[in-house]
Amino acid sequence: MNPPKNPIVLTVFTLLVCLFLVVPIAIIMPLSFSSGSFLSYPLPGLSLRWYETVLQPTPWLAAVKNSLIIALGATAIATTLGTLAAYGLTIANFPGRGIIIGILISPLIVPMVIVALGIYFMFARMGLSGTFTGMILAHAAIGAPYVVITVSAALRGFDRRLVLASSSLGARPVTTFLSVILPLVAPGVISGALFAFMTSFDEVIIALFIASPAQFTLPRQLFSGLREQLDPSIIAISTLVIVFTVGLLAAYEVLRSRAARNQILR
Amino acid sequence: MSAPQPDLRRAMRRAERGRQLTAFLMVLPLLAFLGVVFVAPIATTLTKSIASPDVSNALPQTSAMLLNWDGTSPPTEDMAAIMVPEIAGAYAAKTIAAAATRINEEQPGMRSVMMRAAREAGEMQPPYLQALTDLDPAWAETERWVHLQATATPYTARYLLAVLDLRRDQGGVIAAVPPDQALYLDYLKRTLVISLSVTLLCIVIGYPVAYFAAHARPVTARIVLACVLLPFWISVLVRTAAWMTLLQREGMVNSFLLKAGLIDAPLELIFNRLGVYIAMVHVLLPFVVLPTYNAMRTIPAAHVMAAMSLGARPFAAFRTVYLPQSLPGVSAGALLVFILALGYYITPALVGGAQDQMLSYLITQFALNLGNWGMASAAAGLLLLTTIVVYVVFRKAFGARGFTV
Repeated sequence: MNPPKNPIVLTVFTLLVCLFLVVPIAIIMPLSFSSGSFLSYPLPGLSLRWYETVLQPTPWLAAVKNSLIIALGATAIATTLGTLAAYGLTIANFPGRGIIIGILISPLIVPMVIVALGIYFMFARMGLSGTFTGMILAHAAIGAPYVVITVSAALRGFDRRLVLASSSLGARPVTTFLSVILPLVAPGVISGALFAFMTSFDEVIIALFIASPAQFTLPRQLFSGLREQLDPSIIAISTLVIVFTVGLLAAYEVLRSRAARNQILR
Repeated sequence: MSAPQPDLRRAMRRAERGRQLTAFLMVLPLLAFLGVVFVAPIATTLTKSIASPDVSNALPQTSAMLLNWDGTSPPTEDMAAIMVPEIAGAYAAKTIAAAATRINEEQPGMRSVMMRAAREAGEMQPPYLQALTDLDPAWAETERWVHLQATATPYTARYLLAVLDLRRDQGGVIAAVPPDQALYLDYLKRTLVISLSVTLLCIVIGYPVAYFAAHARPVTARIVLACVLLPFWISVLVRTAAWMTLLQREGMVNSFLLKAGLIDAPLELIFNRLGVYIAMVHVLLPFVVLPTYNAMRTIPAAHVMAAMSLGARPFAAFRTVYLPQSLPGVSAGALLVFILALGYYITPALVGGAQDQMLSYLITQFALNLGNWGMASAAAGLLLLTTIVVYVVFRKAFGARGFTV
């Protein structure tokens, strides 16, 4: 059946909203190639000078490196613990499960500034303030709920007879987990990991509280930059972030559609 | 088939318990991790909002003496005789500064008074009250000792009261502070107003878009959803940078409007409430569109057609048949937007003016700029309480599911 035709007013409205969402992001990117220092069109000329400013060891490249170290570390912890927990929550209904789910999901609900304040006190006492370990642990905590949610969703239609079949064929639980369950929930795990990564890669408030300049992440550096002076170098680094994000999403889409196609062929 | 034999039943129960234990052990690592890195820190923060240990730690005997004092009779030599040697000791042990800072919170100016008394205390000879009064005549007044008394308890409701623009007056009665000193309730009101407005804007803008996508051809729907999802993934800071570029006084929007002759002077589009709304809606809109779209996809087209074939006009069919079925999606999205907006910090901090800052700003201000941990924690407690109340009320009132596992 053909979908019903949308009224013209609605079409125009949707178009405007889509422009509102996308145009601000798209329109600033060419400004980073400006040879002048005004953030407006028409461009006085094309130049890579702002990229030259940005692609220096400090502060921007150092911030990128810090962000990657912290986001990858946090993602590894969040994904491992989150996947394990999601699987545990799916296979049995133990007492207190509802409350435990509430605790596991609460980092999504509690305002980040409260988390940051609490972590500030706690980490200062534990000697974790101003360390990479501290940043990684804090970011892992706020990323883990995304993994729990996406993996749980992937496991919802999971057929437990597959586990029984695997064990009846003599597989140990670990083998079953690695070779039967994990491949089936892989899309959920990857989505969750992506969410955890992006959460860390975009987080600024915890960095504001506990990072010393040696751990300044890219968002933390952007935050300072935006407070001081908005110039084309900020737009250049923003453009790089946009390209990186879109590239990451595109890679994920390709992987996912390829995996889906393989499943159909099998 | 007959019922399972008792030992078989027991074996099954044991197997089930084993499975429960395995399941719990798999959840445990994350639970323990969040306990240390998330739950414990927040619990500690909340206790800090009522903790006032500085004076009672530094001056235990003086604190005990002050708590036994009635707070109205004039200061006595006995009281001074307990305090003077103790502040001399605290001065030597360098613990007096924290206590003096805490006392200063109660009565501005007391920090230097206390530090001066402590510095001189080692040299003082009895009668101590006379020695103190020689230093500063105000030590003979009851009021000075009342300020000290207020800081002697290890716990205080002071910070919690203060963020609500309340305080204890001389008689210990809780009362509102004078209007010219009432600063903090405005942050709560503003936080609620901004969050509610952003939520409503997101619904009004997001609902039609979700409807369009749910009823468009697949290709069109994919394009619309891509437009919604793309900003969702891009860093909030990058998007804020984009809006700052567009909306500032010399920004693209203003220069375009000026060149087009539509305005004579640049409009104030940013560093005010308008800028906050634009940037926050841009960030939070996808959280309404996506769940609403998902809910709409499950509404059978036959329902609306049936309503219309029974004589309902299109709008009546929409209102009575379609809208109610799409509401679970809307309320889930609205809850998310409301909760996320309550805790917003970055966007108002960068594109808002002084009158657009929310509770999160108050917390960072107290913590990072003023070093007032009691007030920071009390403001955090207020924000957390607000968030929990909104979450619970919203779920009860609208049956929104929020986050589910």
